[in-house]
Amino acid sequence: MATTAVETGPDFYHEPSARKGLRGWIFSTDHKRIGILYGVTMMVFFTVAVIIGLLIRLELLYPGKTIVDPQTYNTFFTLHGIMMIFLFIIPGLPAVFGNFLLPIMIGAKDVFFPRLNLLSWWLFLAGGVLALVSLALPGGPADTGWTFYVPYSVRTTTNVLPALMAAFILGFSSILTGLNFITTIHRMRAPGMDWFRMPLFTWSLYATGWIQILATPIIGITLLLVAIERWFGVGIFDPALGGDPVLYQHLFWIYSHPAVYIMVLPGLGVVSEILPVFARRTIFGYKFIAYSSLAIAFIGSLVWAHHMFTVGMSDTGMFIFSFLTFLVSIPSAIKVFNWIATLYKGSIDPDVPLLYVLSMIVQFCIGGFTGLLLGTLAVNIHVQDTYFVVGHFHYVMFGGTGFALFAALHYWFPKMFGRMYAKRPAIVAWLLATIGFNLLYFPMFFLGYLGMPRRYYDYLPEYTIYHQISTVGSWVLALGLLVMVVNLIVALRKGAKASANPWGSKTLEWTVASPPPMENFHEIPVVTKGPYDYSEYERPHETK
Amino acid sequence: MDHNDQHSHDAPHVVSYGQYVLIWLGLLALTGITVALAGIDLGRWVIVTALVIAAIKSTLVLNIFMHLKFEHRMFRWFVVIALATLAIFFILLFFDYAFH
Repeated sequence: MATTAVETGPDFYHEPSARKGLRGWIFSTDHKRIGILYGVTMMVFFTVAVIIGLLIRLELLYPGKTIVDPQTYNTFFTLHGIMMIFLFIIPGLPAVFGNFLLPIMIGAKDVFFPRLNLLSWWLFLAGGVLALVSLALPGGPADTGWTFYVPYSVRTTTNVLPALMAAFILGFSSILTGLNFITTIHRMRAPGMDWFRMPLFTWSLYATGWIQILATPIIGITLLLVAIERWFGVGIFDPALGGDPVLYQHLFWIYSHPAVYIMVLPGLGVVSEILPVFARRTIFGYKFIAYSSLAIAFIGSLVWAHHMFTVGMSDTGMFIFSFLTFLVSIPSAIKVFNWIATLYKGSIDPDVPLLYVLSMIVQFCIGGFTGLLLGTLAVNIHVQDTYFVVGHFHYVMFGGTGFALFAALHYWFPKMFGRMYAKRPAIVAWLLATIGFNLLYFPMFFLGYLGMPRRYYDYLPEYTIYHQISTVGSWVLALGLLVMVVNLIVALRKGAKASANPWGSKTLEWTVASPPPMENFHEIPVVTKGPYDYSEYERPHETK
Repeated sequence: MDHNDQHSHDAPHVVSYGQYVLIWLGLLALTGITVALAGIDLGRWVIVTALVIAAIKSTLVLNIFMHLKFEHRMFRWFVVIALATLAIFFILLFFDYAFH
């Protein structure tokens, strides 16, 4: 991609001029250190949220009480949702991998606003800590679900306000990250790196940044309005005070549906990054994939009310939002078709990152197709607020974004830490995670179709078998995650040293040492080619 | 650096104190008009009038105090994108509310 030799020098973990110890990390404005900081913080929240998820599944192993009472169960699914969404999957790929990689991928020494970048991490930490503190405060953890629907969120006596404030602060962190990334991409690309020589992960971060900036303030203001309603009894959303609860749902989903694309777009970018490397093929339809990110960001911001088909919207509104929902599947499908076309006649190397990507594509497709079913008005009436939605959501979010995150972790691990992990345990972890994931979430489609409502503590005996398969799946998945984490921790300590470019990739981050030096490049590289030029592996008539 | 996106290196535009004061007085006058109009029953035009005055005021603030008028065209595009997004959200919301 560029005309530079491998950049060497003291890596960013051992930079002599950096502050020592913990202060060298928590006050560092280096984008790589901030990326790692996000990664570590996020892993803590993710672990807690996984444990809560496992407890939810354990409770549902049998009808009636299994391990906890109904109130605890309500707080469990609320916390699981808030932590997974606001503290893990929204910041996941952009904040960890985006921070670490974006500047290097575009040939820059750092992001455009390094201090603002550090501030976003501090805000993230503050929001996360507040969410955790809300558990211990008198009143008990919030029990509203992560959606904070009114009027219940105005009336419940649990700690809704700290949870709302946590989400509010986390929103600022997200806005600042989006702002930083957009500015960095506009201002700091290396000479020769025009828009269509940018890696596709960068394109996805750009599209994500726009959603973060434009949509996040809306949820911020909405949550603040709920807080005002609770504090001062102003009738905004609560019908008893003359408010409109449907307006709350509109405002909530104006952000929270695009937020789904904040979560998934970088995941789609990761897939576009990894596929050409392990298929040894120039990516098929680069411009279409790049533009489809923008199209998903744009159309995805217009479909929010498909979460509300049963709340009494006007027929015209329902028809339009259903139509827009179908429209958003087009750019998503463009990506999937281009990925498959990239694999076609490739010299496929089924290494660990690619295995995760392949699982991701299949699961993302299942999530997408079931999304179309949910976007269909007639079907939606039947399965709204059932386990069908839970299944769909987890297939997109975990099966899609989560697996893309695992793929990214295995792909960029050697770059980030300068070590290689053992492949066999990594493959075992992938297999367990894929089997466990599908065992866990696929039965939910049946459960939902048969009428099992989401968030219910108890259920009828005929649903038992599906719940039990699902719970067993959660154990298999957890085992897979455990093997993955242990393998990566062992690799951190004992893994073989990684070369600068162990996968034979073509993007700029692989032209610097592993791990990268403090300011990435001694000299800003001059880019002369596109990011996925694998023409040396392709027969002449296949070269594009 | 991408040269297409570079900020133009023209000398920074300086707005005189006189102009700032003039704009500020204009904003105060518009606020006065808003308050005065609130006391008059304009029927269905109440909201429209208030919104038009507010739009004029925010245009002045954006252009003069926030320097948008003197910035690179890209920044103006960014503001247009944000406003267009807001307008689209309003229109789509009204597909629900207007057809109840």
